[in-house]
Amino acid sequence: MSSTFEALAAIGQTIIRNRQFLTDLDAAIGDGDHGINMARGFEAVAVKLQSLGADKDIGTVMKTVGMTLVSSVGGASGPLYGTAFLRAASPSLGKYELDKETAALMLAAAITGIKERGKAVRGEKTMLDALEPAYDAFVEGSNAEKSLIECLELACEAARQGVEFTKTIIATKGRASYLGERSIGHQDPGATSSYIMLQTLVEFARARG
Amino acid sequence: MVGIVIVSHSQKVAEGIREMALQMARPGQLIIAAGGMDDGGIGTDVVKVSEAIVAAHSGDGVVVMVDLGSAVMSTDTALELLDEEVRGKVKIADAPILEGTISAVVEASLGSSLEIVLATAEGARNFKKC
Repeated sequence: MSSTFEALAAIGQTIIRNRQFLTDLDAAIGDGDHGINMARGFEAVAVKLQSLGADKDIGTVMKTVGMTLVSSVGGASGPLYGTAFLRAASPSLGKYELDKETAALMLAAAITGIKERGKAVRGEKTMLDALEPAYDAFVEGSNAEKSLIECLELACEAARQGVEFTKTIIATKGRASYLGERSIGHQDPGATSSYIMLQTLVEFARARG
Repeated sequence: MVGIVIVSHSQKVAEGIREMALQMARPGQLIIAAGGMDDGGIGTDVVKVSEAIVAAHSGDGVVVMVDLGSAVMSTDTALELLDEEVRGKVKIADAPILEGTISAVVEASLGSSLEIVLATAEGARNFKKC
């Protein structure tokens, strides 16, 4: 994958395309702004990336995305995803090509950031229910000597299953927790947006070969 | 004097609380509203919050008053953007935002320490209204 810049642009476009879908998911169990907020964030990211230029290292791009998300998203997903991207910047500073080790470190740092920021753990119907299984699958693939793209595919599939899993559990974090048992049957919007991002990354990587 | 920052999802709420608190403040007391998004929308803006904290910090520390859920997360994120020296002197109050702000402003106006202003803000939770 030679261009972080283009990968992030693709992720942004997918989020913007899914604005209504994510908002509808959130309207069912939350305050109905996840798609709107995320799309606003990634619209701001698109503008920022344009002015940043395409020749920057992965860490700088991650940091720019993180800073832009925390200042433009508005809802809880701003500090959560913003922190995730900012934390993922540390292991990728000065790197121009993504390798498996760096990708695993970035994912781990992002997850730690989300857990700290949201004071959440897996099983509470949040983005962690997509991201933690994704990380586990990525590391498992990496240990089995699979390629970066294969590892990302495994991570993506685990995230998809994680989203499915969120339909079966009660939300205990955020606005959805007010619904208690009534949140069962609905998939978590945050887990869904995390999965969508991974899915776009996989498609981007595949297209690049 | 300890500075006060008001973080609300709504710009109007943050500014309205500041307006009420100013009635009890000393001239020049630092009370900064950090509400809503730049486009006037509902939400909390991490960069706006971190700038407000810097503006409210005169050396004696800052107490941050927050409204709901992600206001706390945004403030935590804002703290990460600040220098260690400033970060160590910022406290988030676990208090009702309006009553807490007014209590904190009065306590700060007396020249009280950061810890005392924080305790007074959090004590506002126990106010009986009727």
